[in-house]
Formats: sequence, C-alpha cells, structure tokens
Amino acid sequence: MLSIDPTEMGYSLEVAVVGAGKTPFGAFADKDLRALAVEAGEKALADSKCGPDAIQAFYLGNFAGPEFTGQNHLAPYISTALGMPGIPSTRFEAACASGGSALFHAFQAVASGIYEAVMVLGVEKMTCQTTARVTEILSGAGDSRGEVHVGSTFPSLFGMIARRHMHDFGTTREHLSAVAVKNHENGALNPDAQMRKVITLEQAMKARPIADPLNLYDCSLISDGAAAVILCPADRARRFTDKPVSILGIAQASDYVALEQKADITTFPAVQLAARKAYAMAGLGPEEIQFAELHDCFTIAEIVAMEDLGFVRRGGGGFFTAEGGTRRDGAMPINASGGLKSKGHPVGATGIAQICDVVQQLRGQAGERQLKRNAVGLAQNLGGSGASCVVTILGQE
Amino acid sequence: MRTGIVYTETVVYAAPERFAADAPYQVVIVDLSEGGRVTARVRGDRVAIGDKVSEAENQSENDGGIPFFQKL
Repeated sequence: MLSIDPTEMGYSLEVAVVGAGKTPFGAFADKDLRALAVEAGEKALADSKCGPDAIQAFYLGNFAGPEFTGQNHLAPYISTALGMPGIPSTRFEAACASGGSALFHAFQAVASGIYEAVMVLGVEKMTCQTTARVTEILSGAGDSRGEVHVGSTFPSLFGMIARRHMHDFGTTREHLSAVAVKNHENGALNPDAQMRKVITLEQAMKARPIADPLNLYDCSLISDGAAAVILCPADRARRFTDKPVSILGIAQASDYVALEQKADITTFPAVQLAARKAYAMAGLGPEEIQFAELHDCFTIAEIVAMEDLGFVRRGGGGFFTAEGGTRRDGAMPINASGGLKSKGHPVGATGIAQICDVVQQLRGQAGERQLKRNAVGLAQNLGGSGASCVVTILGQE
Repeated sequence: MRTGIVYTETVVYAAPERFAADAPYQVVIVDLSEGGRVTARVRGDRVAIGDKVSEAENQSENDGGIPFFQKL
C-alpha cells in the first residue's frame, strides 16, 4: 500500500470554512432543485457576511439531478440563480460522495492560492420520483453490467456486506438496530432532520424487510435538500466571520465500483486510504478525533466506517455501538446530527451537510445536541458500495 | 458448468421496477472454483454463506443473461 508523506500533497495555504448553511431535509413538493440550492447558498452567504460578488468559483456536488428532475447543466443553472454569473461553475459526481468530492476539489483550488473565496454546494431533489424509480436511479452508482443487471439494489449490496460482517465478526441484528436507535434519538433533537422520531430497539429490529438482513430502519431516507459552505484561505478568514473553522486534513480516494471485485467486503480500502491521508495531513490520529459524522446510508455502513477510520478494532463496531460508545455521551459520539438515517439523505447534499453539522458542533451552536468535547471533528462521505470516499478533519481555529 | 461457494447473500424484498414481479429473490456473490467471483441470482432453495452451489442449467430465454446458481 501507499505510504503517505503529507509534504507530498503540496498545499501551500491553510483553508478555513467561513460560512455554512443548509435547508431542512425532507419531502418538499413546493421546492424544486434550484429553489433548494438557492436557499442553502443564500444561508451560507449570510452566515459568512460575504456577498455573492466575492465568490470566485462554484463547486456543485450532485449525483443524479438529470435523472431525478430532467434538468442537466446544473452548476451554472444554480450559480447564476445565486447572483454569481461569470465564475467557473462545475458539477462533481461521485455517487453519494458527490458533495465531498466537490469540497475536496474546491479545497485544492483555495489551498493552491487560486481563489480567495469559493462556494461548495450540494443538492439533490429525490421525492419527485416513486420509491421503485429512486431505487433504480440509485443503482446507477453500482456496476450496471454485473450486480445491477442481476437485480441487486443498494440495500442488497449493503445487506450482503452486513451478512458477511455478521459471519466474520459476530455482529448481530441487535447491533445493527442499535445504530438506528441511536441516530433517531439524535435526529429527534435536530430541527432540520427529516424523521424526528425516537424508535425503540424492538421497533428497529422488527421492521419490514428490505434486503436481508437489512430492514426499513436500517436504511437511510429518500430526501430533498441542499447544503453549502464557503471556503477561503485561513489568513483571510476573519474578514468573513468571527468563528472560522479550519480544514485540518482532507483526502479523496477510490476503489472498484462492483462489490464482487473487492477482496474483502467487510472493509473499504477507499475509506482507509482517504483516512490515512487526511490523518497525515492533519498530523492527528483517530484517537485525537473527538466526534464524527459518518456516512450511515445503512446501519452496517456506520459500523464498517468506524472500523476503517480506526475508532475501534476490526469487527468491533457493532459491539461498541451496542455498549453505547457512539452515543452523545459515549467515548466517540457518532452522528450527533441524526445521520443520514434520521436527518435524511439527499444524496448530493449529504457530504456538505456533514461539514455543516461538524462546523455547527465546533462553533458550539448545536443546541440540545451540543457535544462537550468539540475541538476536532471528522466527516466521512462514502460513494456507492465504497468506490469513492472523502474524509475531512475540521478543527476550531 | 461453473461451481463455487457462497461468499455472501441477501434476499431482496424491495426490488427495482423491472424486477418487482420476481421479489422476494435471493442474490449471492459466489467464489468460483475456477477463480474469481460472480454476482448471481439463486434458483430453488435459499442458500447460506459457505454452501456449495453450481450454475443452474436450462436457463430460460427470458432471464436476459442473468446467471442463476443453485444449491449442490
């Protein structure tokens, strides 16, 4: 495997997040894709005391706007609506890691000294399609000639991961449900969450099956929503905000799209690689991360992520969750926002929404969900069944 | 005829539109004896991790090139 030398990354400037804003997540029949995006973009601008004329480039994370809504060419479609005509406006697609990928590329441009202020925005409008059609569109993130051709869905790919994880490590049905119960408990306190509902362990374990061993409460939601952040070089951050947040480390990595091409489906090499690079860049290890927003598209994905990020030993994620280790008062609070499970998962928005949630915690603005240890947080955004991953480490300035 | 061992499996209840009539159906990843892996559907009895399977004969013309495996 690759050895990581942070100096090889060659970023010349430190980068700060100076504005963050997002829409609530949910099903909004009266808001189209562009209206959602504009709402989030304007909130981020207002949060940074930054006018649209200060933004020099626009990075959009969106997975399947054309398939969900019929509209393509989305980046200028949105940046002009935000009052920013003329600037380079580009869409990034990396399945559910589209938002994270847009952020990673925006970060690189700012860290290289090219721009003084950029906007990164993630958006997805999904509820305008039937569940069966959404399932089909999402399966486009898999291998269309192999696994999708035979009838695999995304829940089924993660169902197969869960089945093997249970077989290899003794992870149980109860462990999976413990993730859902914890994330709903957190999401119930989040005014922007789609499903603000506390669920019992029994409810979570007995919900209707979707793809064995996963049931309804193991799956994230179908959502509309958008989120945006504004980045600038750290030495200029105070011009825009009193509470800048530093990007201490960020990396994107990739792997095979088809699940069957992975030697071991209970771990994601792209997550491990992105994490190693982000940790090296930040000069931190997993033991120094105080809280995290992880990509719980399915309950098993949160368990595998905490293992790949080094928060727990291989195979220990389910046990750690069941013991309460990931609750807000646990040793490693995970998804204090409610996660994709309760907060909602508008695919292209998710990676940016995670950053907004980490920023909120770092600034001490998370209300009832506020964590006591909030100096360094991590966000992990996963695409497909592990073919893309972006890991970002953020800290108080 | 390809044979192998079930590496992992799931049963799909919520199917995409074009497979809705088949649901619930089992999907497996098979470690092939000849090397490599294949993602396939299961015909007949439900299989579990570690089960020996072989590719089903008499594939119907309507299967559209989908590989089917069954318990050995």
